[in-house]
Amino acid sequence: MNNSVSACLDSLSVQRAYGPVVEGEALISEEGFSPRYDLDRWSGVITKPGHKLEGVSIRDRICFFPTAKGGIAAGWAFYDIKHKSIAPRAFIFGVTNPVMVQGAVFAGIAITEGWSKLPAEVVQNGDWVRVDPGRKVIEVLRRASPPEADGGPA
Amino acid sequence: MKLTTQEQDMLDGKHGDAVREALAYQLEIGRFWDAERFVPISNAHMMGDIEVMGDAGLAFLERACAQQARCSVPITTNARCFDFAHAESMGQDMTEAVKERKIIRLMRDMNVVTTDTCINYQTVYQPHLGEHIAWGDTGTVIYANSVFGARTNFEGGPSALAAAMTGRTPEYGFHLARHRRGTISVRVDARLEDVADWGAIGKIVGERHQNYFAVPVFHGLQRAPVADELKHLGCALASYGSMAMFHMVGVTPEAPSLEAAFAGQTPVDEMVITDADLEHVYRSYKRGDGSANLVVFSGPQLSLFEMKELSEMFADRKVHPGTQVYVTTAASVKASAEQLGYLAPLETAGVTVLEGVCFYILQNLSQMRMANGWTNMISNSAKIVNIIGAHRFNTLLRRTADCVDIACTGDLGGGTS
Repeated sequence: MNNSVSACLDSLSVQRAYGPVVEGEALISEEGFSPRYDLDRWSGVITKPGHKLEGVSIRDRICFFPTAKGGIAAGWAFYDIKHKSIAPRAFIFGVTNPVMVQGAVFAGIAITEGWSKLPAEVVQNGDWVRVDPGRKVIEVLRRASPPEADGGPA
Repeated sequence: MKLTTQEQDMLDGKHGDAVREALAYQLEIGRFWDAERFVPISNAHMMGDIEVMGDAGLAFLERACAQQARCSVPITTNARCFDFAHAESMGQDMTEAVKERKIIRLMRDMNVVTTDTCINYQTVYQPHLGEHIAWGDTGTVIYANSVFGARTNFEGGPSALAAAMTGRTPEYGFHLARHRRGTISVRVDARLEDVADWGAIGKIVGERHQNYFAVPVFHGLQRAPVADELKHLGCALASYGSMAMFHMVGVTPEAPSLEAAFAGQTPVDEMVITDADLEHVYRSYKRGDGSANLVVFSGPQLSLFEMKELSEMFADRKVHPGTQVYVTTAASVKASAEQLGYLAPLETAGVTVLEGVCFYILQNLSQMRMANGWTNMISNSAKIVNIIGAHRFNTLLRRTADCVDIACTGDLGGGTS
């Protein structure tokens, strides 16, 4: 999909990876994920009350989740949401489980596990990132806004 | 991964396109997890229903059948999303019911035994110590690994089906002894009197350690649990923690002692669970709008002994007008319950007993919730109060007797809190 390696602003490496090279908008979650527990599988919106991303769509995003919840459902569910055109472009897990991987492989969605640094140190919501499973690296290509713009504490 | 001659033949298409595709799929999974080889399996258990598969999954099955896909080792099915006898009255989509029947027919054509139960380990097949299998859902996996000492990872529907077609699964995770050692010490200093209490323990430990490779070791229990209690503990650990195995010293086969359970590994955490911790769990649930019009005994399906107990608790009582109570179990258990006279008191009380399904995977559940004006869901299953969130229920975990009281009074205040 992207043969040229354009300049990246920052990057993190991952431990395990599968799937095609993809680019998309980053969506960072502080909470784990399960398509059964958390996701409306007809709209692609996280609907579990109280989930840190409640009301947010995962469609076409590069989703960063610290953990996997549950669950056997992902085995079929990722294939289903891919065909409904509401799937994310990649799942980036801190710690995952076999079914997330089985589901992603079945659906042809990029998936990775383990990260060299916390995503929050490198990526912000809305940043444009590239996931390269072959090189086991995630690169930030474009910022959603200047990093210093929020003026938050270091 | 190192392939045997037979596996290479499969990959080369000498066993047909369906087997070639299945093995190629398993190979990718094995590579992700750095598996070195495949391991033969003797049994598989798969999830496959229209609610989770969607039209795309159904089309996949149709294509597999057209390729003459056929399972070579015994494989059973997990709970599905329709009890056809109740589908229409519950407001389910009958167009989807037709698809569900089609899935069942396709699976039978592929040599799948459609048992439709998430308690296959209580009703269908009990693997032995060290037996390699390929099971899903998660409750079946953690029971197999922990209580039987069998060896399986979480296998989603497509991968369990692939395993049954090729007769093997990649050797990683809980197929390997090194991942079966305890990692967390949990001393239980609490009175555990109900399956909900065991589920609550699973919630406490699972929420603190959301990690597939975490293996809690329980010790110090005042008494050894029975199978249904182990079932609820395992289901909750798998649900809240995504865990696939636990040890219980003196109870589970790979934990004759604390030392054996850890096998030289130093625990990363040492927890103690007390009565106060359990009460904190029960108090932690929000009461929502205070409604008590939905009580569910499901997820996991009820065993025959649970059916008997519930039947006795509902005997000579009536479900409160406006409140709906659902029980789900395996078809075989429901048939036995009927024969033994456990079913009639439940149905006379106004309880709906569904077979072959689990409540949280029912097709059209969000729409059913809205149509029935359900906001709170009360259950004695720690798993189901966690897993049903995407359908936007406010859930409350309560002990079994409290659930029955709530069902018969329509009063949430009758429960533990």
